[in-house]
Amino acid sequence: MLFKNKKTTSSDGAQPAKTKAPIADAHYLSVRESRAIAKSNARVIRALEKRKKRTHVSESEYLCEMQDPNNIVEFDDLRTYFFTDAGVSKAVDGVTFSIPRGATVGVVGESGCGKSVTSLSLMQLVQAPQGQIVGGSIRFNMGNKAYDIAKMPISEMRKIRGKQIAMIFQEPMTSLNPVFRIGYQLDEMVLLHTPGCTKEQAKARSLQMLELVGIAAPERVYRCYPHELSGGMRQRVMIAIALSCDPRLIIADEPTTALDVTIQAQVLDLLREIKGKIDGSIMLITHDLGVIAEMADYVVVMYAGRVIESGTTAEIFHNPLHPYTVGLQKSKPVVNRKVERLYNIPGQVPNPIDMPDYCYFKDRCTRCTARCEGEYPHFIQVSPTHRVACYLYAGEDGKGGPDA
Amino acid sequence: MPKRKVQRQDAVPKSEPQREAEQAAPAEVPANEAVQAAQAEVPANEAVQAAQAEVPASKEAVQAEEGAAKQPEAPAEPLDPEALLEVRHLKKYFPAQKNFFGKPKTWLRAVDDVSFKIKTGTTLGIVGESGCGKTTLGRTILRLQPATGGEVYFDGKDINKLKNAEMNALRPQMQIIFQDPYSSLSPRMPVGEIIGEAVAQHKLVPRSDLKNYVLDIMRRCGLPYHYYERYPHEFSGGQRQRICIATALALQPRFVVCDEPVSALDVSIQAQIINLLKDMQDSMHLTYIFISHDLSVVEHISDRVGVMYLGSLVEYADTDEIFRNPMHPYTEALFSAVPVPDPDAHSHRIILSGDIPSPVNAPSGCKFHTRCNRCMEICSQVAPKFKDYGNGHMVACHLYSQE
Amino acid sequence: MKEENKKDAVAETSVPAQEAPPVEAAEGPAAPAEEGAAIDPAAQEPAEGHAAQGEEKGFLADNVRSLSPMQLVLKRFFRSKLSLIGLATIVALFLFCWLGPLFSPYGEETIDYDANGRLNVTVTEIKIPLTDENGDYVYDEDGNQVTVSVWRVQKSEMLVDTLANPSAEHWFGTDKNGYDVLTRIMYGGRVSLTLSLIVVLLETVFGVILGGLAGYFGKWVDSLIMRIVDIFNCIPTLPLLLIIGSVLEGAGVDPNDRIYFMMVFLTLFGWTGIARIVRGQILSLREQEFMVSATARGLSTARKIFRHLVPNVMPQLIVSMTLGLGSVILMEASLSYLGMGVPLTKASWGGMINDVKDPTVLQNYLNLWVPPGICIVLAVLGFNFIGDGLRDAFDPKAKR
Repeated sequence: MLFKNKKTTSSDGAQPAKTKAPIADAHYLSVRESRAIAKSNARVIRALEKRKKRTHVSESEYLCEMQDPNNIVEFDDLRTYFFTDAGVSKAVDGVTFSIPRGATVGVVGESGCGKSVTSLSLMQLVQAPQGQIVGGSIRFNMGNKAYDIAKMPISEMRKIRGKQIAMIFQEPMTSLNPVFRIGYQLDEMVLLHTPGCTKEQAKARSLQMLELVGIAAPERVYRCYPHELSGGMRQRVMIAIALSCDPRLIIADEPTTALDVTIQAQVLDLLREIKGKIDGSIMLITHDLGVIAEMADYVVVMYAGRVIESGTTAEIFHNPLHPYTVGLQKSKPVVNRKVERLYNIPGQVPNPIDMPDYCYFKDRCTRCTARCEGEYPHFIQVSPTHRVACYLYAGEDGKGGPDA
Repeated sequence: MPKRKVQRQDAVPKSEPQREAEQAAPAEVPANEAVQAAQAEVPANEAVQAAQAEVPASKEAVQAEEGAAKQPEAPAEPLDPEALLEVRHLKKYFPAQKNFFGKPKTWLRAVDDVSFKIKTGTTLGIVGESGCGKTTLGRTILRLQPATGGEVYFDGKDINKLKNAEMNALRPQMQIIFQDPYSSLSPRMPVGEIIGEAVAQHKLVPRSDLKNYVLDIMRRCGLPYHYYERYPHEFSGGQRQRICIATALALQPRFVVCDEPVSALDVSIQAQIINLLKDMQDSMHLTYIFISHDLSVVEHISDRVGVMYLGSLVEYADTDEIFRNPMHPYTEALFSAVPVPDPDAHSHRIILSGDIPSPVNAPSGCKFHTRCNRCMEICSQVAPKFKDYGNGHMVACHLYSQE
Repeated sequence: MKEENKKDAVAETSVPAQEAPPVEAAEGPAAPAEEGAAIDPAAQEPAEGHAAQGEEKGFLADNVRSLSPMQLVLKRFFRSKLSLIGLATIVALFLFCWLGPLFSPYGEETIDYDANGRLNVTVTEIKIPLTDENGDYVYDEDGNQVTVSVWRVQKSEMLVDTLANPSAEHWFGTDKNGYDVLTRIMYGGRVSLTLSLIVVLLETVFGVILGGLAGYFGKWVDSLIMRIVDIFNCIPTLPLLLIIGSVLEGAGVDPNDRIYFMMVFLTLFGWTGIARIVRGQILSLREQEFMVSATARGLSTARKIFRHLVPNVMPQLIVSMTLGLGSVILMEASLSYLGMGVPLTKASWGGMINDVKDPTVLQNYLNLWVPPGICIVLAVLGFNFIGDGLRDAFDPKAKR
């Protein structure tokens, strides 16, 4: 009844529609297929949820060793899948990179490339029950010991969230609770994660934080409700909340995307300034290459759930190797750099369901070779910090070095 | 900048009458032509002052203005025959607060006395931050909202004076592409029908050819034909934006308002859409207004650029001119704030303090004076005039008028 | 549903033609080939510029197959156990009411004159004052007259099989008039279900038109219609219906026609809810960009309302209609119970429960009023479960 218009178009569309109809319909899953998908999803999800919900997990199960003690976080072959009705979407499929202490690592990629899911996996905030970490490990350096977050039970995870890892979200309008005053929301965070802290101490800490993020009248803002503040101010408050527990790692997920250019400049300035003051690392997720260039020390480029290139900012911007990285940089117009026609990468970012085993970028790539038909390329170490997953840079044997 | 000063002094004494026309509607005419034509002109300042006097101080004035369309109009200056669209003193106010009887007490001045014209086949870029009224401007030009005052001449006709039926007949020629490709497509209609429905309504092609016509426009917009029977929810943002473009262009428009068409898209998709828009402009000889907050995109696509702040144009010039030599302090700050994708380029950035004031009670005098780093005493008292400082470079700032 | 099946059939037949098994199709190198073959070369003339350079190759982005919109809704609907139960209940009730009577030897108004030799026994107590040998009445210590009870038993063969207990012939027994209760429930169900369907349809038509006008045109039209809605919402429905019932009776309206009047009045008091929903939806949809785009393209008002707005309100409408069915059934039952519904010889669930007015029936003849009561509960619950299920299924934000 609702969708009967489908019928009408095909009938008034006369002959051509008839011949093409089966093709259009082949686009949809049949009932039998979707039932099979639903069944297998339910089975996998049940098993994974059961494991996650366990209580009294001994620490030894998720205790691990950092590969390099100077790193705060090491993602090692992380796999986070979404079990959707259309099939298993491999949103993060074998992501490996690390965040050194005190550095800013920029993760860049288009929507759906898995950059946000990577950060949510680190916080164990992936939308359950569809979204599940199914493999790999996320080693998090706690100072004297290291935990594998991928294996941690939820109850233990709560102690890390907010305290050790804080998050700044894209939308400052919705990430503050509209019914509580700014002060309350700041104090709450401090009180929750600082045992034995009194209310007065919490307030002092909150005011100090508001001052740190460049708010001129902290006492006044402390008493405000979120709706009384502008977008830029709210984002400052979010940063203050994130900083209030001295986290080891701040995840900034598109922190300036929703802001105006002049406000974005203010916030980026603030973030850069704060990085000098605190003893922590920043994982900056964004699609804006300009922001990355300005803020990051290291860059990780993701595509369709995989890391395709990573290196220092200078390496990525001055010597981009992967055709996707090159294309991404060429397709963004730059002020005062006139080009007649923008370079454009044809096609769309694929939804990582049922991916074939060859380079996912192959069909959009202008430089692909016969070798690209083969299995998904391994990482090739170009310099100690720079690696790329592309056959263009592989040796004669068609293989690069092992995953580094 | 000294060069500019000289030009201005040359131009002012002789060019009074045409100046009025230019202020009302900044010309697309090349600079030297403008100077020549400038010889037969009338005082400009009166016109601007008159325009400012028109700004309603109270609700009565606004209401009087809403009815003003009926009054016999003062003899308008002739329209530029080369301009497809000419906007004169366009205003759009929204009631912000209402009193007990539902009569508006204060007004949100979303578009406040904006004038410009666009030559056929060119692109005008409008940049500004959120809340500056650029979206409202786009919609008011298309009469998707009734204007509070001012005129919009499309092809020589003031569209605000057209009857509804006449306007509907004109609609196919003036199209709009929206920012959010998710909400701008009717969710319960297959793509083919969305694209074809208005074509059928306006009888642009015979019914029997409709499907082929739609498939052809889909192909030109880079949409595979088998999308014809699919629903919008199955597509990614880029594909949806292509559908939106196909929907608008299927009506064979002459003029398209692109309201942030690429802001919601990924970088690689942005480039595709921009290229598509440019290709279509070339092949269909379209005239665009390209509204965006992204300066780099506007620079790439536009022939002229207007910078808006709190409902008014503060600067308006050719693209090369404005990017090479931004005059208004706001434009300067805006341009310097754009992050450059080059780790070594550490440009001198002008960081504006504070936030954009609310357009409901905009600052007195120059609206920008609260955030301006080169603010003077006069700025908070007198609104600067929007003047041509040579080369068709129009600025509203006291910094230049005082010299 | 039918259309859905057909589509599946088409999809499945098309698969072998392309020689690619459905699930595995996307994996392995077969996939791009399939995409390539699918594209009709005639439609793929060299595109101008770079606009269309893409689709000649099979892109990975086009590789993923999704669910059709109807499939999505059905999938979410059937995922909930409750909505399945609701659907099964309602289907069962409909089958019971419409197919059931075919198997019943009795009709709606068949009085069972065959009492199978059941005797109608009346026992009367006759108290005879006790006398002593003197012929004087005897009194006890408290001064009360002492009596002797004599029981008179009258036996007669019953003419009508009334108030029979459940048996093989009458599964739920018979009522006071000798009607078969089971058969009456089936016929009563026909009345209740038909009536509620018709009333809800009328309500919806009414509500969509008025709510649509209010939402689309706004301003004074909106104010006027919404004030009318407010007034209707102020009227206490049940007392008014009772008064109308009495007035109709007083005016000598044929009891058989009373049901039509009832439909009209139920509609009159029920459309306001639908009108509110439609108005609210249209008010918010009107501001959506696709409506602005429809205006910009100069579409006619009729097309904007009926092709753009109404289909988008349909999900909410279907939900509120399903939920409305339950409440109309309840309303009909209450009215019938109060004697304002269908006339006596006709069956209705509410009318059958009316029998509990007699305390003997309430206590001793559970078989008369419990089954129709259960039917009402089942029908209302069933419709509500379906309504809730549909609400979740249509909600695009539901992530389950």
